[in-house]
Amino acid sequence: MTTHVLQPETWVDQYADYLFNYAVSRVSDAEIAKDLVQETFFAGLKSAKNYKGNAAERTWLIAILKRKVIDHYRKINSNKGKAEVRMTYNSSTETDGDWLEEQVADPMSILENSDIENEELGMAIQDCISKLPKKQSLVFTMKTVQGMSTEDICNELDINPSNLWVMIHRARTTLMDCLNQNWF
Amino acid sequence: MISCQEAAIICNKAQYREAKFLEILRLKFHVLMCKTCSKYTKKNTKLTSLCEQARLNALSEKDKLDMKEKLYPKSKQE
Repeated sequence: MTTHVLQPETWVDQYADYLFNYAVSRVSDAEIAKDLVQETFFAGLKSAKNYKGNAAERTWLIAILKRKVIDHYRKINSNKGKAEVRMTYNSSTETDGDWLEEQVADPMSILENSDIENEELGMAIQDCISKLPKKQSLVFTMKTVQGMSTEDICNELDINPSNLWVMIHRARTTLMDCLNQNWF
Repeated sequence: MISCQEAAIICNKAQYREAKFLEILRLKFHVLMCKTCSKYTKKNTKLTSLCEQARLNALSEKDKLDMKEKLYPKSKQE
């Protein structure tokens, strides 16, 4: 079995997006998710000496993040009433009167698993993105995930458009191969 | 007739709706002729829809810099 070594200097570059995606899918709030990721890194640094090298670095960090997510829910639950069951109905006033019907599951729905599947898909894509060379993953993320315009990216990274398209091309080709086994 | 390389670039631009009308015509024509590019175009479109479906999130570079600064306060001296 290979032993792994922690390299905290590379954490943010390598795992921040991956952890962030995971966190967002659990707490569905970008700001909270960001804080959780930050806390995860802190906790990782603090307990680095307990790392035995059995698991890969990322698995280890995800395990910490999971605890952080649980802690987060514990905290917001203890702030308001102790472990009380709260139902939040649709808060928008426009749907007045219809709320009961809206809470009932649609028996015809085939989308039951789609949230879980999409989450898995997101992690798979993120995983593949993190295997790309740094520059390619940066350009791809800016373009695809953040939806920035070609011009803005070129200005920010100081490259010309044809350069950008070549990098996008390489990134996409690698991603297709990487996702090939499971998702195409 | 455009080359496969050009076709691939146009195809990528088309994924971000940045290909010009004439370019798309050229690509369509090329794809009719070229099996490899037709496959590539299909896969590429699929990748786009997968990315949309996954609703990916990413931290901005600024956020990451902030994180780094908080994590390694000593590295500020540079």
